[in-house]
Amino acid sequence: MQFSSYDTQGFYDEMFESNGRARPHGRLLLETVESLSHGQLLRYKHAAERLLLQMGITFNVYGDAEGTERIFPFDLIPRIVPAAEWDRIERGLQQRVRALNAFIDDIYHDQKILKDGTIPSDIVLSAVSYRKQCHGLAPPRRVWCHITGTDLVRDRDGQYYVLEDNLRVPSGVSYVLENREVLKRIFPGVFEGLSVRPVAEYPSRLLEMLESIAPGWAPNPCVVLLTPGIYNSAYFEHSFLAQQMGVRLVEGRDLVADDRGVFMRTTKGLERVDVIYRRIDDDFLDPEAFRPDSLLGVPGLMAAYKAGRVALANAPGNGVADDKVIYAYVPDMIRYYEDSDPILPNVPTYLCWRENDRQYVLEHLDQLVVKSANESGGYGMLVGPHSTREQQQEFAQKIEANPRNFIAQPTLALSRVPTIVGEQFQGRHVDLRPYVLCGKEIYVLPGGLTRVAMKKGSLVVNSSQGGGSKDTWVLAPAAGGRQQQS
Amino acid sequence: MMVTPKPLLSRVADSVYWMGRYIERVENVARFLGVNQNLMLDLPRAYSNQWQPIVDTSGDRVPFQARHGAATEENVVRFLAFDPQNRNSIYSCVVAARENARSVRETISSEMWEQINSLYLLVMEESRKRVPQVLPEFCHQVRMGCHLFQGVTEVTMSHNEAWHFIRVGTSLERADKTTRMLDVKYFILLPSLSDVGTPYDDIQWAAVLKSVSGFEMYRKRFGRISPDRVVEFLLLDGDFPRAVRHCIGLADQSLHAITATPPGAFSCAAEQQIGLLRSELDYAQSDDIIKAGLHEFFDALQLKMNRIDECILSDFFAQCLAGAAGVSPRVLASQSTAP
Repeated sequence: MQFSSYDTQGFYDEMFESNGRARPHGRLLLETVESLSHGQLLRYKHAAERLLLQMGITFNVYGDAEGTERIFPFDLIPRIVPAAEWDRIERGLQQRVRALNAFIDDIYHDQKILKDGTIPSDIVLSAVSYRKQCHGLAPPRRVWCHITGTDLVRDRDGQYYVLEDNLRVPSGVSYVLENREVLKRIFPGVFEGLSVRPVAEYPSRLLEMLESIAPGWAPNPCVVLLTPGIYNSAYFEHSFLAQQMGVRLVEGRDLVADDRGVFMRTTKGLERVDVIYRRIDDDFLDPEAFRPDSLLGVPGLMAAYKAGRVALANAPGNGVADDKVIYAYVPDMIRYYEDSDPILPNVPTYLCWRENDRQYVLEHLDQLVVKSANESGGYGMLVGPHSTREQQQEFAQKIEANPRNFIAQPTLALSRVPTIVGEQFQGRHVDLRPYVLCGKEIYVLPGGLTRVAMKKGSLVVNSSQGGGSKDTWVLAPAAGGRQQQS
Repeated sequence: MMVTPKPLLSRVADSVYWMGRYIERVENVARFLGVNQNLMLDLPRAYSNQWQPIVDTSGDRVPFQARHGAATEENVVRFLAFDPQNRNSIYSCVVAARENARSVRETISSEMWEQINSLYLLVMEESRKRVPQVLPEFCHQVRMGCHLFQGVTEVTMSHNEAWHFIRVGTSLERADKTTRMLDVKYFILLPSLSDVGTPYDDIQWAAVLKSVSGFEMYRKRFGRISPDRVVEFLLLDGDFPRAVRHCIGLADQSLHAITATPPGAFSCAAEQQIGLLRSELDYAQSDDIIKAGLHEFFDALQLKMNRIDECILSDFFAQCLAGAAGVSPRVLASQSTAP
């Protein structure tokens, strides 16, 4: 398969310049791929799919027959991020996570940023994900955002923008690690001559971070990963991370808790738990503190947490900054807490609670992407240019009824990467989700999940909406003169 | 500093135990089916209905008749291999084994998971065909898939507490299946003692031995086939891996490894029950058993094994099932360093 007929169609392409020339960092890869004998790439593709199925790297589809599993489509052509680009992303993410942490800690304590009028307090206090139960809490090291999976996108000009912060229970990192493993097993030659930074250290870094937040008196902290169970769409990831860290994977029914601590039921009695990496949303965490109908959680967990007997990652209450209206104020937070300008900009955002913005949004529904403040996974949104009149009217009514709950953004022309479609390469839109760990220091995994909208022209990359993924290569700074020669 | 092994979650112990049992059950059903088809090809038409006894060894005669009617090859294969409503079919047991494995994926090795998943994909694919195209080949692949899983378990997983729970489950299931097989076949074949000396008698008893992969090993041990020696071999042999006594011995060893109780002593009901059964088998003689009534012996054996299973549930897994209400934290001494 050759790239000769590949067309960037005016979009920013990660591999080709607008004049059709390969970008310097992509040349070697393109040569390797083009040098394969006829049909070889498709044979690799099928081998990769078989391997994913055999390894059971699947996700569950909600609304499908119970327990239906699918592989997350994996495209063999990687997405490459040159070292200098990555350096900026890394610094930008560190800055952003520091500011978000400071913000969350502030609003659950003194609320200085609200009192100073930098962010309207009724916006924060009315957020669905604001948890008054967390007021006054001081999690270990004052960290609230232990694991963040920020979504970045590039527009037509190639500029990176932060689309979402995903502070609550970001998922997908297991695909980053497994995609790399699969590519190394199936198509090792593709790495030839390139210095790609490894991603395999993530589980060690994660464990180190989790141990670092244990309540002070635990010398050998017992860390567990709390999962909703095998029917959760991210169950594969939960078991994978537990296995890679060597910690136990627990369900709510395995734990008992009160203000003395959290304990798990073992064949030899009850054992104390010090740190819980929870993959259950706040709402379902503890029926005594949050939703009383939750069967997944652990009654008494929040009592143990408040008493300082157990650490939770991520900290309950941090989702307040995931509210898409509050997201719009993150650049202000960075200026307020960091006293510097944001390295990575936000996507320009219209806030429907503002009279002027709302008028503009209502008049331009066919051009904008409208999102409700608390949905994720590609649900609850309107992609204006791809929507019908009826859908636009429906959203207009929703916005009028509850302006606080809606934002709108221009429809970005997401960047594209060559992707195997049938027996040729076609450009498909992508985003990028890097993973950030925050404990003693802030660590950014050199890599990330590149999600691909597999449907032609589609801008929705979510796995629940037919998205796939690619391996993401961050090149090492000294990665060979060959890329810099031209 | 010595770091003590982490105790197993009760739920995980429960899951790996059943994962072991289900895989063993799959292997047995596949073997029964394969051997029986092979036997049918050797027998004259007069002997031809040997499919009903295969259903009887699984203990599911009533549901089989209700849903499938006559015990033809096609119906029996569909019932035992692919019927999702039959909880003991290959299909159902592979699904159950995989569900258990999935819920403890972080405890077992990746190789074990991949093998159980491959077996699952094989059975799913075959089940979409109406009847397997070549039954012996399918049965062979399933059996090899199970053996591979057991071998991979042996060499890729630490022989830790979870591994011992897998072995307890596997051994108890194996003892159960050998017992049922012998119980059903012995009484069917006895009337045919009138055929003594005919080639069919020998073929049928050889099939019994083959049904538990014991033909060659029996030959080495006793040579000529006689029903009483077959009973002795499959019940009381200490070395043959499918002999009931051998299996109970393994389960007993593993339970002691789990509780760290010295051999010959017991610290819980499960250990006591299994120890009683083990010593009974250690000191039994097959002639006495046959004289006192083989069928009665089998019935008693089934009850004892069921009791052992119940005791394992209450001694090790039940903490999980007891529910959250009102449990006061009894902290393990070695783990507690709270102020």
